[in-house]
Amino acid sequence: MTFRKYLVLGGVAVFAAAGDSLLSAGMKQIGSVSLNHVSAIILTVLNPMVAAGVVLLLGFLACYMTALSWADLTYVLPATSVSYILLALIAKFFLHESISMNRWLGILLISVGVGFVTQGPELTHKKQAGEAKDGGLVVRLSSGVEP
Amino acid sequence: MRHLHTWGAVAIIVFASTAGDILLSHAMKQVGDLGQLVRRSGFLSAVGRVLRTPSFMLGIAAMAVAFYSLLFGLSWGDVSLIVPASTSLTFVTNAVAAKIFLRERVDQRRWLAALLVAGGVVLLAA
Repeated sequence: MTFRKYLVLGGVAVFAAAGDSLLSAGMKQIGSVSLNHVSAIILTVLNPMVAAGVVLLLGFLACYMTALSWADLTYVLPATSVSYILLALIAKFFLHESISMNRWLGILLISVGVGFVTQGPELTHKKQAGEAKDGGLVVRLSSGVEP
Repeated sequence: MRHLHTWGAVAIIVFASTAGDILLSHAMKQVGDLGQLVRRSGFLSAVGRVLRTPSFMLGIAAMAVAFYSLLFGLSWGDVSLIVPASTSLTFVTNAVAAKIFLRERVDQRRWLAALLVAGGVVLLAA
């Protein structure tokens, strides 16, 4: 793991937290959306906060794709869960919510989880000849997703 | 009825985002190290290479389903249930699915990390 790779993982967390905050703020402005008005939920992206949130989530997607190109999914997901800690801190310092005992405990659990996973290797090396090649995985994947 | 809607949204979000994560991860493993690819053949051609990968497009479609189910769910109001329930469940389903479909070596360390983060997310929202 190089410094640049840690930077990409950090980018995943920061963009996700900032994007989600904006989405949440935007949806609170819009209020309840009924299932009967499907067009209304598509039009939610016209709200400036939701739109800005979507742009940040595109940045998240770019960092996330980069991380997945050199690390396992089961490494990237816990390692970038720092974003939930960032969300709690955003709530404290920007929205002036208080952090309860439960939340501090949650932050602690996530931090320990991040510490655990980042100590291990980031990629499963499929060097054994017996391992399935990518083509076999595609078949398994499509049969798993489309019933 | 409202609870049924809420848990229905959670189930759809968990299924769609797990499928999306698995498909995206599969796509990027096919593409290979994105940093090297950008240095070798330029940014635009690297983006083109990603966009031409079928499992990437399928993954994005699954993520879109998850995204709009989340928007529906959020607009109904039970945010404190939908968000922690779906995100923490997704950490666990992803670990299982990555082991089965991506053949990732999910060792004790990674199981523990996934469970700790899942528990932490629930506590954060509590």
